[in-house]
Formats: sequence, structure tokens, C-alpha cells
Amino acid sequence: MENGKLEVKSKGRSVVKIFLALFAIHCTLLTATAQIAVRGETVWTMAGAPITNGVVLVNNGKIEAVGSATQVQIPAGYRTITAKVVTPGLIDAHTVIGLNGYLNQPHDQMALDGGASIQPELRATDAYNAEERLILWVREFGVTTIHTGHQPSALVPGQTMIAKTWGKNVDEATIVPTAMVAVVLGSAATAPAGRSPGTRAKQMAMLRAELIKAQENAAKKEPAKDLKSEIMSRVIKGEVRLLVTAHRDQDIISALRLAKEFNLKIVLDGASDAPLVINEIKASGFPVIIHPTMARPGGDQANLSLETAAKLKAAGIPVALQSGYEGYVPKTRVVLFEAAIAAANGLSRSDALALITIDAAKILGIDKRVGSLEVGKDADIAMYDGDPFEYTTRATGTIINGRVVSEVVR
Amino acid sequence: MNRTTFILAGLLAIATTVATAQERPTAFTNARIITISGATIERGTLVIHNGKIVSVGNAATASIPSGAVMIDATGKTIMPGLVDTHSHVGGAAGADGTSPIQPDIRILDSINARSASLQRAQAGGITTVNVMPGSGHLDSGQTLYLKLRDGAVKIDDLLIYDSSGKYLGGIKFANGTNAIRAGGGAFPGTRAKSAALVREQFIKAQEYRDKIAKAAGDATKLPPRDLAMEALVEVLERRRVVHFHTHRHDDIMTALRLAKEFNFRIVLQHVSEAWKVADEIAKANAPSSIILIDSPGGKLESVDIDFRNGLALERAGALVGFHTDDGITDSRWFLRSAGLAVRAGMSREKALYGMTMAGAIMLDLDKRVGSLDAGKDADLIILSGDPLSVYTHILETWVEGKKVFDRSNPKDHLIAVGGKGAGDDDGGHHDIHCFDGDGGNE
Repeated sequence: MENGKLEVKSKGRSVVKIFLALFAIHCTLLTATAQIAVRGETVWTMAGAPITNGVVLVNNGKIEAVGSATQVQIPAGYRTITAKVVTPGLIDAHTVIGLNGYLNQPHDQMALDGGASIQPELRATDAYNAEERLILWVREFGVTTIHTGHQPSALVPGQTMIAKTWGKNVDEATIVPTAMVAVVLGSAATAPAGRSPGTRAKQMAMLRAELIKAQENAAKKEPAKDLKSEIMSRVIKGEVRLLVTAHRDQDIISALRLAKEFNLKIVLDGASDAPLVINEIKASGFPVIIHPTMARPGGDQANLSLETAAKLKAAGIPVALQSGYEGYVPKTRVVLFEAAIAAANGLSRSDALALITIDAAKILGIDKRVGSLEVGKDADIAMYDGDPFEYTTRATGTIINGRVVSEVVR
Repeated sequence: MNRTTFILAGLLAIATTVATAQERPTAFTNARIITISGATIERGTLVIHNGKIVSVGNAATASIPSGAVMIDATGKTIMPGLVDTHSHVGGAAGADGTSPIQPDIRILDSINARSASLQRAQAGGITTVNVMPGSGHLDSGQTLYLKLRDGAVKIDDLLIYDSSGKYLGGIKFANGTNAIRAGGGAFPGTRAKSAALVREQFIKAQEYRDKIAKAAGDATKLPPRDLAMEALVEVLERRRVVHFHTHRHDDIMTALRLAKEFNFRIVLQHVSEAWKVADEIAKANAPSSIILIDSPGGKLESVDIDFRNGLALERAGALVGFHTDDGITDSRWFLRSAGLAVRAGMSREKALYGMTMAGAIMLDLDKRVGSLDAGKDADLIILSGDPLSVYTHILETWVEGKKVFDRSNPKDHLIAVGGKGAGDDDGGHHDIHCFDGDGGNE
């Protein structure tokens, strides 16, 4: 019967998958990258207006040409893939997948070490599983780049990294091994009873002490070279930014105060109460990676709103969207879905798409490579059979570094 | 205003509201009307009066009672209020940690009727909801079917009664991993033990039922009252539906096996691996209430959850409804579940049926809610467009002829989108401001 059919299909598909995988390896051996022409009824380049009947040429892993079908001829020998809507590969500006897995069992949850409250030396790259199913899952919806790392559940839980969602291993997937150092303020950073920090004031005292130590160390003739000192000296010199998760308005203000005192570069993360302190954020010049649009209200996030992204954008604050951290079901959100809700709540389609493409790339500092469909950039492309934001539209394919990495219809 | 005057004013306000509702019918005109029970009417008129639907029909031929309040719904879509077959709105907790099977527990005794989560459900177009205790037990207690009426002061204001005056609800069972506790004392350590513990209780309930029958009304021969047994006897007599939390295909089969052995009525809840056993579910004639989750996993039982569950069950011919499991998914975007099911191949018709009528059937409320038909409760939602589009907003929610959510009202808009104050529990602000000015502050 039909459900049997589904099952058979899925078994059949894995056989096909294995075959395709072997074939892909074979092709890789022959030619490192394919030459592909992606045709779309609508091509959102995110570098100018969307193109009707557009073509994106892919060669050697990069975008070779972008334009309308009348401007761009498809050379002989290029594989042509057609889609209703074509966008740049999506960027998830903050997640924990790869470190945390879909099973949600102790052995696949590597985004938090409970040993200490301040551990900036923990590298995300040492915990990243490039073959985690959740990475495959978001890739099939068009997500091609993720900023991932330690989860926002301790004062300084560790570092973050930026990776493509394709790669046989962490080295192949990674774009930026150390992107930022995560800092968490508020309830989520409160340590278990009997350990510090137990209050918000203690959190700030501990952070300030750590940063003063880093300043003093940096001023030494022979600075200490232990792991923590090394990364903290990069922070204090402004080489590595702090990703400060702060939801309540008072925590956001604390983050801005800290940045000012130590002349730090920070990215605000979560920021549920951002609309309450929008002028202060705007004045700081720091960007915001806003909470998932559909995040659950409650606790420090009681005031979160579907309209926050639109409000920040209107104020001229650089803003991107994240899938965030989930402790249970669903184990990850999908930024495509979150941006869709933002598009239905005050943002234009174009501005909502920017939250998960070019604006995210700019905030993460990777816009030279990804985030838009422009000549010379990485050939990271997402394809859909309609408006990507509609619930009923399906993702039809994903290309990363010029490789077709998904042709599953989702 | 002194306290007495104030109370009098409040009572007068209630009386006025009730009187108004009874006096004038309301006619929604020029709307696209998705009736669920019949064909969609492209330009239709819906008339409601005294909390009931009076008529649904084509705008050209509809008769509108004189004196009706006219609401022009041109460009808008009206459909039945949504039925959420499994939710945890109201912040309730059911059974405690002492034992795995607690049929005597009533969620009735635990819900906060003023919880903001109930208002969010109204914003999501939910008019009828099955509020359940959790799934950390084999049986965590009795569930409650609620109408999300406005201005509830206490849980009694939201109950649904049958013709005999009994309020309606089911009972929650669960299998799989949630109730399994390593070294958990009275709690099971394995799936087989879980089933054995449940069977043991039902056999006890059969004996209890037989003793009562044998007593034939003789009070001296009746067994002592046992609240847990009383609830299970209702299950055995098919008067109380079992809402069975079950994810994995083998657990689904176990739930069906138990339902068959003890001849109880079952609604399968979650059914994450329904796509693997859809034919078996259909053959057992078991309704399924499914949930659409943004990614697989998060727990071992749901690693194979699939957006295609709705499609597979529809193809197999099984009855499919949906639920939020709020807070797992938020009631405000309940309609999204149907959208995602259609994305994975389910028909639009069955998906919308699943959001409304299928749920009504699962809660034994299909005579009263689930479709827009004359004589049914006037539970409806007004939408800005296609119910399956992300860009569509729920503009209004009506329960029994009364508007309980209005997106154009700033307070309701805040509940719908969130923001400062949106999470505050309702102090009864909607109609009666009993505490405004109280205590001599005016």
C-alpha cells in the first residue's frame, strides 16, 4: 500500500543516494568541480533587484556570471538546472548544530562543558561533526553557511566557527575556525547553586575581571601563552569579537557598557528586548543577530516579538536572523522558516531574505565570499519551486562551492 | 465609585453584553467561506445568532434577518474555528512523581484559566482545545476539552458540557521513552514493562466494573469508591477516549494492541512514525493527531518524524487531525502545521479538514464544532487570505458568537505578535474591569 510505498521509496532512495555518492566521488576525481547553469524564473541575487528569467553560471566552485537569460548565454557542456525561484545559499547567523546533534543524548551534545563558567579557550572546531544529520537537514532547505558554536548556557561557554554545510570533515567545511567568543548574560548564564555567577552583578564582575587580566597580560613584555590568555588577548585587541547573548534590556545595556569600558567589538545576540533600547543599540553601532522569530516567549525572552527584525531594520541597525539553540524538540529551527515569519510581520520579502543572506554575511564578515549571487563569490545557491517563504513551497536543490549537494524535494 | 456600586456596574455590563448578543443576529457578508463540510463558497454570507450558526450560503441568495449587525468581509476568508487536539496551554501539571498510572488526576484541578497562553491560542484561531497533562507517565490523568471563550475568571467558564450536564474530556496515556525511568521505582524500565503495568490496571478496572454490576445497585455490595478505577471504567465502557502519546512504529502498534484488548476508544497522539504503519493505523480505525516539527530528533522517539505523516495517513484512509502540543509548537501558528503537511504532499482539503472537523470528531464534538453548518456553534475565524499562506493573518476569532480576538485591537495585536506585556496573564481585562479604580484610587 501507499505507506509501504513511502518506505520503499525511502529505502530506494538510500540506494540511489549511495550510488549518487559513489558517482559524485568519481566525478570529483575526474574534475574537481562541475560547470552548472542555474536558471530561475526569479533570481534573487541580493545585489540589486531580483532578475526575471535569470541565469547563474557556476564554474570552478565560483559564480562566473549572473544575469537575465538574454544577457547570459549558457556555454556548451554546462549542466542546466531549472528552478522557479533561485536565491543565494542561506546563512544561519547563529546556531549550535554540528556541536549538538539531533539525538539529544549526552554523547552528541558537545556545545556545553559544564566544568567552568568561563572557558573561552574551547574551540568549536574541536567539536564539530560535519556529518551531523541536522546539518544535512538544514542544507536540504537551502542553508549553506552556518555560524555555529558553544551554546548560550554559561557565562563564557566557548568559541564559535563559521562553516559551509557541506564537507567531508570539519577542515573541509570550515571557513572561519575562530569566529567569535560567546558570552552570555542573564538567567541562562547563571551557574548551578553554590557556583558563580549566581547573579547578574556577579556575571559582570567576573567578565570585567577576566578582561582586565587580558589587558594587563597584553601589556606585558612576555604575555602569558596559556590557551585562555591567548584567546582573551585576541579579544582585547579587537581581533576576535564577542558574541554577547543578552535578552533583557538591562542585559543588553550591560553588554554595551562592557564593550565601551574595554573598547571591545561585540555582536548582540538574541536581544528579545531590543525594541526597548533601540536608540542605545543604534548609537553603539553594533549589529544584532536576533532570536528566532518563532522562539518561545518566557523567562528573559518574555517580550520577544515577531516584529523585532522589522523594527531594527527600520532603525538602520544591521540585523541578521538565527536558528538559535534548542534544548529539546525541535532540536534545531530552520532560518528559512524564521525569516518567513519575519516577512509576514513587517518586513518586505527582500529585507527578510537579506536577514538570512547578505546581511548575515556582512555581520559575520564573510560577505566577500557568500551572501549574494555575484561574480567571483562562492557558488552557494538555493532553489525553490515557489516563494521560498510560503509554507507550501518546497526546496528543490542546494549547491555549495559549485557542487550540487542536495536534490531532495523538501 | 464604592465597591458595591462597582460590582453593580459590572453586573449591568454583563447583562448588557448578554442581552445584546441575544437580540441581534450578525451577518458576515461577501466572504470567501470555507465550510469544511461542503464546497467553499467564493462570495458567501454567514449568519450567526445566539451563539449558533443560523445559515451559510451564497451571497446572492442568502437571506439576512432584519436588524442583523452587518459585517462586510469582502476579500476575507472565513473558516471554522480550529480544533487543537493536544495542548498544554494554561500551565497545568497532572500526575505527580509517585506512580506511573494516575487515572484519578484531573487536569481540571490545575489549569490557570487566565494564562496568557490561552489568549495566544485565541490569536492562533483555536476555539476548541484538548488540554492534556504531560507524557512522563503511562497515564498522567484526565484531559479537558475547552472552548476558548473570553474573559474567563475560572476554568469552569471554559468547560464544554454534554446533554447530561457532564463536562467533557478524555484521558492521557503514553508509551515509549518518556515514562521509562532508569531505576525509577514504581516506574517502568522497559517498553514491555510499560505495557504490562497498563494491562494490569485495566484488568483491575474490569474486575471493579464487574463488582459494581454484580452489586446491582445494592449499596452494601458495592466496592469502596476508587477514583482511579472509576476513570478507567469510563474508558472500558468507551465513555472516555484515550489520547495515547506514541511516537515510534512499535509503540504505535502497542497502543493499538492495548486498545483492541480492552476495547477502548483511542486517538493516537504525535504518531511520529505514522508513515511506517499508516495501513495498520487505518485498519484499526484509529484516528491520528499529528504534529509537524521543524527538524527531526530532539529525543530518540522522534528521530524519524516526517512531514509526510499527513500524506501517508491520508493515503491509507485514516482520520488525520493536528495538534500544537503547545509549548512544543506555539498555538499562534497552528495553521502552519497544515501548511507544512501540504508542503509534503497532503491534500489541502484533508489538511484543512484535519485542523477542524477531524479534531472535532476525535473529541466527540463533531455535532457542535468543526464545520460551518447551520445549528453548530458559531466558532469561526476571519482570515486576511488563504489559510495556508504564511502572509495570511488571523484577523478575528469568534467563539459561540462572541469575538474573542481582534487583531485590529492593540491589546490583541500585542498577543498575536509578542512584545512587552504580551506574556502577562489576563486579569480579566477583556470585558469587565472589576479592579479598575478599586480601593479608592479614583
